[in-house]
Amino acid sequence: MPEELLATYEVRRLGVLDPNGEVDQALMPELPDAEIWRMYQLMVLSRTFDERAVSLQREGRLGTYPPIRGQEAAQVGSAFALAPSDWVFPSFREMGAHLTLGCPIPQLLQYWTGDERAQKVPAHLNIFPFCVAVGSQIPHAVGAALAVRYRRDPVAVVAYFGDGATSKGDFHEAMNLAGVFTLPIVFICQNNQWAISVPLKNQTASGSLAQKALAYGFDGVQVDGNDVFAVYRATKQALEKAKSGGGPTLIECLTYRMADHTTADDAGRYRSNEEVAAWRDRDPILRLERFLAARELWSVEKGDEEKGRATGVIDAAVREMEAMPPPGAAELFDGVQAKLTPRQEEQKRGR
Amino acid sequence: MAQLNMVQAINQALGDEMARDDRVVLLGEDVGRDGGVFRVTEGLLERFGAERVLDTPLAESAIMGAAIGMAAYGLRPVPEIQFMGFTYSAFEQLFAHAARLRSRSRGRYSCPMVVRTPYGGGIKAPELHEESTESIYCQIPGLKVVAPSGPYTAKGLLLAALRDPDPVLFLEPTRLYRLLREEVPEGDYVLELGRARLARAGGAVTVIAWGSMLERVLKSVEGYDADVVDLLTLNPFDIEAILGSVRKTGRVVIVQEAAKTCGLGAEIAATIAEEAILHLRAPILRVTAPDVPVPLGKLIDHYLPSPERIRAALDEVLQY
Ligand SMILES: Cc1ncc(C[n+]2csc(CCOP(=O)(O)OP(=O)(O)O)c2C)c(N)n1
Ligand SMILES: [Mg+2]
Repeated sequence: MPEELLATYEVRRLGVLDPNGEVDQALMPELPDAEIWRMYQLMVLSRTFDERAVSLQREGRLGTYPPIRGQEAAQVGSAFALAPSDWVFPSFREMGAHLTLGCPIPQLLQYWTGDERAQKVPAHLNIFPFCVAVGSQIPHAVGAALAVRYRRDPVAVVAYFGDGATSKGDFHEAMNLAGVFTLPIVFICQNNQWAISVPLKNQTASGSLAQKALAYGFDGVQVDGNDVFAVYRATKQALEKAKSGGGPTLIECLTYRMADHTTADDAGRYRSNEEVAAWRDRDPILRLERFLAARELWSVEKGDEEKGRATGVIDAAVREMEAMPPPGAAELFDGVQAKLTPRQEEQKRGR
Repeated sequence: MAQLNMVQAINQALGDEMARDDRVVLLGEDVGRDGGVFRVTEGLLERFGAERVLDTPLAESAIMGAAIGMAAYGLRPVPEIQFMGFTYSAFEQLFAHAARLRSRSRGRYSCPMVVRTPYGGGIKAPELHEESTESIYCQIPGLKVVAPSGPYTAKGLLLAALRDPDPVLFLEPTRLYRLLREEVPEGDYVLELGRARLARAGGAVTVIAWGSMLERVLKSVEGYDADVVDLLTLNPFDIEAILGSVRKTGRVVIVQEAAKTCGLGAEIAATIAEEAILHLRAPILRVTAPDVPVPLGKLIDHYLPSPERIRAALDEVLQY
């Protein structure tokens, strides 16, 4: 037998809105102006939330916090495509998705004060708690997708994770399982190109993260993660495919972590200012503003007005969060299990 | 002698041993360029190069498993797991392989490596960053578990661990990293594994603690006639040191940061009951966390054994 070509693969990259704010009309998703403006509002809200969270941390009013700056398009664009009945399994850096999905803002802040009562996601939202152990939420999403298929529910499941997570066995095991069972799931990787101090090139020798899906038998696509329309379009398509029995998709949103890994980190130790500066002009909000301005939907004044409104919303949320009474010792035991053990009961009484 | 904190003492031990023994290689997440998230490995990449200080991808099972292969091949790897809460995804490698390689190859291969990981609560960090599940690891035959309680013990124990022929899990009390400063000799010294240290001498009650709890215990027992045994090695722990103190005092309080049920304190209490029950004048008491997951920052002070609870236990056993 001679050697023969077994397979060749292609990996595609999707961009709709370029850094100058110009769109590729053929790829532009159908979105009324009001919806686009809503995306803009959510991105501004996310940025405002993030800036406030960082400053609250600096003032000692919040615990360690992982900024999302630069990732607003990846988060808002993807979450915007979801239906309320879809399920979401986040990592810990998707506050923009949480805001888009309507998570109460005081509660989001409360979580980052170190108050686990905030992990109780409101009953009307199908969102799993924040997941700190990197990548470990991805198999849960796959499990939920198995259950969705079993119940024949018309919903899809989304797993969010970072570039670092793609090195974990959990990622690969979950992707493989999803491929084998053709599950209704969308894997959304926010490739912000850093995992704390480890740059993407030291995380993987692959040319893209998207191509990892090919090995598991389903589509992977890289999208410009700072392009809210591309992210939205890719997510929407992947969700439709998932719901119509077409199986999983991996979406790699190529973006950039503009801030430190967390407020406990100092990125100046491991990356250059020039690298960060180069990404500043590709800011996802700036880009959308350019687009909106060209359509005469945006002006500096309108932008300021929107930012002022977001500041007001966050101010009110901070007040509400800070008015919450701290948890008491008995709350250590809340929900540890359906029925406390006799020893836990005793410990709860202070023994 | 220099006054060092624990971060500096561990850094010094690693650097000294790497200079002395070219088989010692570090690997883990952010250990190189960043110097580790707690800066414990700061400067070692610059000093020893990228072949000896490996910034790995984010993959704990691969870090642990690769370290096993390196050790079997003849190196002395020092894998770092960034926080104890992330050792769980490397558990299979540690449990099923590192600890058993010597026995399952009947001595053909061995696994001399030191797994370093920060552990313990009280640093107001996110979920899974404040775990103290040492007892799980103490139930693994073939694995030694060590927990220094300050800069001096950290350096001496780490040097001993790095020269041990078998795998050692080295638990670094995160809360104490920069809290304590002590005189630390600059040169080489080794604190033998398996030996406890009498951290304070007294006659009326024995207090047994380790790692993160020792500093709190020493503060709490001020004004009491307490013998304080600093375990240092959790498995195998120093039975003779414990029994020596118990025979003297007849009263025992064990202070354990972790949840109560099946913690290391239970093993210690059972051993005392087996070996020295007739010397006891009071029930053995344990001061521990409750049987709940480690909470986030807002509740952590309610979770960790407090000085008040430690003193209440002392008062109780002293009533007998
Ligand atoms: C299993 C696990 N290992 C290590 C850590 C510590 N840690 C927290 S975030 C992080 C980097 C994550 O990188 P990535 O997946 O790219 O997400 P990003 O932080 O960039 O959003 C690390 C190493 C963790 N939380 N979980
Ligand atoms: Mg990342």
